[in-house]
Amino acid sequence: MPLRRLSRTLLGAVALIALVVLAAACAPNATQDTLKPAGPYAEKIDNLFRPVFWIATAVFVVVEGLLVYLAVRYRHRKGRREIPPQVHGNQRLELAWTIVPAILLVGVAIPTVSGIYDLAARPPGRVLEVNVIGHQWWWEFDYPGLGVNTANVLHIPVGEPVYASLCAAGTGYKGVTAPNACQEAGSYGNVGDDVIHSFWVPRLAGKQDVVPGRTNHLVLQADRPGTYTGQCAEFCGLSHAYMRLEVVAQTPSDFEAWVREQQADAVTPPLGSLAATGLNEFLNGACIGCHAIQGPKVNDQPLTQPGGPNLTHLMSRDCFAGCIFATNRANLERWMRDPPGVKPGSWMPDYGLSDQQVRALVAYLMTLK
Amino acid sequence: MESVHTFESEHEATSTGLPNTKLAMWLFLASDCLLFGALISTYVLYRGASLVGPYPSEVFDIPYTSVSSFVLLASSLTMVLALAAIQRGEMGRMRVWLLATALLGMTFVGGQVYEFTTFYREGLSLSTNLFGTTFYVLTGFHGTHVGVGVLMLLSLVAMSFTGRITPRDTMAVELVGLYWHFVDIVWIVIFTVVYLIPTGK
Amino acid sequence: MATVSVPAEGARGGLLRRPTATTGFWSWITTVDHKRIGILYGITAFAFFLIGGIEALFIRLQLAQPDGKILSASTYNEFFTMHGVTMIFLVVMPLSAAFFNYFIPLQIGARDVAFPRLNAFTYWAFLAGGLFIYSGFFLGGAPNGGWFGYAPLSTVEPGNNMLFYALGLLMTGIASTASAMNLAVTIINMRAPGMTMFRMPVFMWMALVVQLLLAFALPIITVGLFQMLFDRRFGTHFFDPAAGGDPVLWQHMFWLFGHPEVYILILPAMGIVSEVLPVFARKPLFGYQFVVFSGIAIGFIGFGVWAHHMFAVGLGPVANTAFGISTLIIAVPTGVKIFNWMGTLWKGDIRFTTPMLFAVAFIGQFVVGGLSGVTHAVVPADYQQTDTYYIVAHFHYVLFGGAIFGLFSGVYYWWPKVFGRMLDERIGKLHFWLMVIGFNLTFGPMHILGLQGMPRRIQTYPATLGLGAWNMVATIGAFVIATSVLIFVLNAIASFRRPMDAGADPWDARTLEWSVSSPPPAYNFEEIPVVHSLDELWHRKYAETEGGVVVPVPAGGAGTDPAHDSGGAGPEGHGAGGHAIHLPGQSYFPFVAALGLPLIGYGVIFHLWMAVAGSVVLLVGVYGWAMEPASE
Repeated sequence: MPLRRLSRTLLGAVALIALVVLAAACAPNATQDTLKPAGPYAEKIDNLFRPVFWIATAVFVVVEGLLVYLAVRYRHRKGRREIPPQVHGNQRLELAWTIVPAILLVGVAIPTVSGIYDLAARPPGRVLEVNVIGHQWWWEFDYPGLGVNTANVLHIPVGEPVYASLCAAGTGYKGVTAPNACQEAGSYGNVGDDVIHSFWVPRLAGKQDVVPGRTNHLVLQADRPGTYTGQCAEFCGLSHAYMRLEVVAQTPSDFEAWVREQQADAVTPPLGSLAATGLNEFLNGACIGCHAIQGPKVNDQPLTQPGGPNLTHLMSRDCFAGCIFATNRANLERWMRDPPGVKPGSWMPDYGLSDQQVRALVAYLMTLK
Repeated sequence: MESVHTFESEHEATSTGLPNTKLAMWLFLASDCLLFGALISTYVLYRGASLVGPYPSEVFDIPYTSVSSFVLLASSLTMVLALAAIQRGEMGRMRVWLLATALLGMTFVGGQVYEFTTFYREGLSLSTNLFGTTFYVLTGFHGTHVGVGVLMLLSLVAMSFTGRITPRDTMAVELVGLYWHFVDIVWIVIFTVVYLIPTGK
Repeated sequence: MATVSVPAEGARGGLLRRPTATTGFWSWITTVDHKRIGILYGITAFAFFLIGGIEALFIRLQLAQPDGKILSASTYNEFFTMHGVTMIFLVVMPLSAAFFNYFIPLQIGARDVAFPRLNAFTYWAFLAGGLFIYSGFFLGGAPNGGWFGYAPLSTVEPGNNMLFYALGLLMTGIASTASAMNLAVTIINMRAPGMTMFRMPVFMWMALVVQLLLAFALPIITVGLFQMLFDRRFGTHFFDPAAGGDPVLWQHMFWLFGHPEVYILILPAMGIVSEVLPVFARKPLFGYQFVVFSGIAIGFIGFGVWAHHMFAVGLGPVANTAFGISTLIIAVPTGVKIFNWMGTLWKGDIRFTTPMLFAVAFIGQFVVGGLSGVTHAVVPADYQQTDTYYIVAHFHYVLFGGAIFGLFSGVYYWWPKVFGRMLDERIGKLHFWLMVIGFNLTFGPMHILGLQGMPRRIQTYPATLGLGAWNMVATIGAFVIATSVLIFVLNAIASFRRPMDAGADPWDARTLEWSVSSPPPAYNFEEIPVVHSLDELWHRKYAETEGGVVVPVPAGGAGTDPAHDSGGAGPEGHGAGGHAIHLPGQSYFPFVAALGLPLIGYGVIFHLWMAVAGSVVLLVGVYGWAMEPASE
């Protein structure tokens, strides 16, 4: 093929690569960008990946460059009739290109192995313990030491490692309910009936699967206050794409304030208000079969929580239903009317609620700050 | 003393000298090793992991299963005798030993059927617990292999009556024999791993 | 002219009268000719390629923009599952099988494979399995649990979808296992006199390694699929944590098969490239033994890396370390192959025909996939990469940019041999360039998407993640690929309007298949060739002078009767001048036996009596087959 066309193709290829690299660097507000770590555990990974990536790029340039060179230099020249010398091989070369890559790979292996062990270890000293329970299709966050149970939005203090225990528990298809908290009793501590999920907040840590029947662990930490998004990274059914989460990293004092808010009981709505009607609907309807609210009682029994998110402080979370909707009246009403319609496969069915019921219930939910 | 004429199947010249069918059977058996390897591994991995009973020690009758294992082992002997018979051209003897092998194989399977129905009455089904799940599937696959072997043995007998199998067809008997011995050896492994090695439960 | 004989119709009492039609519909149903079976595999695989491609286009349409609304979640899950199942099990594997079936006997100098009827059976079983899986779309739902079918989702999700998956793959697995036995024995046992293992073409070595990988990997997934089937249908607890089972067991079963599977997918294409490069560079493959040994090494080590698909499952640092290291190790033989291919180009006289373009692009694109693979082996980095589009990029670079491009190279290279006509070079080059551009446009950006936080298997993503731009580029690329495929189809159709004028050896090639006519006669070789060296055909055409100059041998080359080749003792009774050539007889029974399989499958899902009926059909097929003599 003509040399000029080949050069133009090469130029085009180089331009494309440059564009790619540039674009990678200027990602707009990428809240899940693994290349923008925001804490030491994500940074450890990034610090390992970057040099390997550049080595791979160098190898790429050399090998592809050589390939292009060979293709151009040894292409058939018009009029040439002789057959080239029939070279069969070169033992020295074979040794060289076996040994050199092997050495390179040993060089890559050493920090890899130390990275594996670093990330697997429980950090010494003070950690915040959180149980992360995967449900279809939302995240439950349980702070065992603090008596806080919430969903989809994980608050953490800045600068402190968070030691997450990951387990799957839920109502599942066979209707087996399981304890909420991840138990530490061996790897089969928690026997849930859910499916595999994967907990992933890219800017704060790598991902770790949530496997029914075992408890996995993951350490994450944020160094700066902010909101970091994540989502389930293991195919888990119809609404896998809708199983998102947020991590809100706060200054220690803000975090403590948040904890105190979460520990408080839910407010009781004033008598006669629409919200009070809503509370009544809630307590007499199917809601208490899945949702806990700390405060109200039915027959003197507190509302426990076998299946759905704890709603006590719903309005303190800026998203709900697997973090796919902003928590506001319009979305809550849309949700209430037909959950499977807006989130395929939702375990919360369409209860056929009337408009009044929906408005009353949502009015009550909006008081749960 | 008269010389004994030995028969051997003719086959085309091959690169290794082994006939194609024999090579194929060995390869198939090697592949089948992995099938049973995966089933046995599953059994071993789940050993002791059942959350509810019945547990192996509660249902196993080792003397009983030892007897049926011996029956299966004996069938390998009769299989060898069948091959020897056709190699000497003695078709009648061959049929006798093939039938004996098939009979012993059927006795083995029959014994398993009896054993499993007993277990079932004692509360162990496929879905009772991990033990039921892994045990029945492993032994079921093996039993199916035995069944296929019995079919092949009986087919050889039938074909020898119609003249489809003659003293020149020692390869057919040899191949079925290879398969049969393989199934026997797999049973030895299963019997040891599943029945004989104590699990504490 | 040799006399060819086949078993006479109705001869020697089988269950049915022996079919003898050589043209027409029934001749294809009853064929046992490896070349026809190869063509059947090829056409069927290509049809599935088009279907799998359409599924991909729908996926790309859905993902082109945030909050896409083209496909519902449940349809999307079916489409991405079926795209993976189709491309892996119904396209790349059978396309490789097409080449193996057609060319193994020709390259080793044999008349057919070891077991011609078994060969036919494998095709019908494959077709049955593929159609069975797709029938799910019409019978309640196609498989929707991902091609990898992780439990417990695959065992608890309601519906029959995953039953079609398990049963269909068991059928295709039976086909591939039987094929493995057949082709391995053929290569090991039926080589022409003088063709030692190290005088075999590299494509034959890769074929052999692939058959052995199939033989040892398929039983494991067979067990896994039975376990999935039993969990769904018969209440067992293999993957049920509520009973103490471990969902991760499925992953081990699956990947113990799944990783050798990816080498099953790539080695045939590597074999093809190893044939094509020397022909169009006009020099032998550089480092033949090293390429062969690397292929064998990859096959072995390939059984020791499976849990690198499971780094985020929580197996613990010891397991992750072990598999990280084994995965890094496998990069070494892979690199050796790449360098040897480049050594083949060095100081060559390279003609950039379409097959050569595809082969060179294979190298370039496979290197990208290989390098991203090395980054996955850096285990902590994989904690970010796994289950993201970075992985999707990696495997498409090796399986599409690698395997598919390699297979297209084979298509263009061997088309004249199979059909007697060339594919048009200019249209071929257009196909090539469009495909290269489209492919890189589609999958290049996916590296970035993955690193920017886009997980796999999601049917949509919010606008706030900044993923829209590259997704749109990828979608555009996908349609460029589709256009290129259309152009190939046109090229194929156009070729059939040309006369069969390709000739025996249009490329001046090196291996034995080019020594017979295009297409080859039913019996392949007038006389079984006697082989004296690697690249036997080349050495019949050319000799080296003392100065190392390569000169044509007078009156050598394609079309020469190999019997004139001096070579010691003549072949033993294999059709040397005047002897009759015995061809295996056609048969209905492979088709009949294969028919039993989907009946059993439907029976397991719907009505158990149908499974019994299917077993009877299978048994009848097998008995009829056994009763029928293979050849006179």
